[in-house]
Amino acid sequence: MQIKTQRDGETLAVLLTGELDHHSAAPLRVELDALLGDRTIRCLALDLCGVTFMDSSGLGVVLGRYKLMKERGGSVRIQGASRPVERILKMAGVYALLGQQDAERGKGHV
Amino acid sequence: MFDNEMHVSFLGVSQNESFARMVAAAFASQLNPTIEELTDIRTAVSEAVTNAIIHGYSGMRGMVGMDCAIEGRNFTVTIRDEGRGIPNVPLAMQPFYTSVPNLERSGMGFAVMEAFMDSVTVESEVGRGTTVIMKKEIAAVGCDE
Ligand SMILES: Nc1ncnc2c1ncn2[C@@H]1O[C@H](COP(=O)(O)OP(=O)(O)OP(=O)(O)O)[C@@H](O)[C@H]1O
Ligand SMILES: [Mg+2]
Repeated sequence: MQIKTQRDGETLAVLLTGELDHHSAAPLRVELDALLGDRTIRCLALDLCGVTFMDSSGLGVVLGRYKLMKERGGSVRIQGASRPVERILKMAGVYALLGQQDAERGKGHV
Repeated sequence: MFDNEMHVSFLGVSQNESFARMVAAAFASQLNPTIEELTDIRTAVSEAVTNAIIHGYSGMRGMVGMDCAIEGRNFTVTIRDEGRGIPNVPLAMQPFYTSVPNLERSGMGFAVMEAFMDSVTVESEVGRGTTVIMKKEIAAVGCDE
């Protein structure tokens, strides 16, 4: 799993590439939390357009970061999920939890 | 008797999650599944193997067994561990139930398996281990498509 980041004001945009499973979730979590140690970041924008595989371990990473951002009054946004990845996110009600509407989810790049 | 079958066994470490789903998908490929059907199989296998590693063995060294079989258009994959077992299977299979919320698990593994496969059967005994049997019919695609 590769990650590319771009800072824009209070938003940290993160582009994820590769397979997001239990094996890759652990280092990804460490890397994201190190970045989010900067408390001036108020919005984490995850671009999943390069994620070729994701299972429920990916849900854990997303929901865990949501909890972290919520604790500081911030937010998480998701975009670019492929159909199968989107299906899993929807099953767990992630878009609704993040307060995202259908139209906002479309393909996009950091 | 199955038309075809295969059996593998691998150490329950996270490096083998991608190995297991690749092997299962490669074996299922002889049924000419769609990309979507293959993704369903890969995801369901990943869930069951991850559970064997995280929950079944939780840090202990142990082997995970995977059997795949084909009968007509039906694909069956069985994933087995000899780990701690599940005390209450119906509870464990409920969406959002996890016994380890502190590990950032969402409790959606079994729900994903059930959504992506036609059937999921779980046999488990505390202290003996867990066997997850998943079946999926691969739709026949006409040659003029
Ligand atoms: N092979 C197994 N051995 C022992 N317990 C298991 C096994 N598989 C599942 N369980 C139990 O069933 C529960 C539910 O499993 P499920 O995969 O649905 O959720 P999870 O693994 O906790 O979270 P997620 O899959 O979303 O990361 C687990 O929390 C665990 O207690
Ligand atoms: Mg699981």
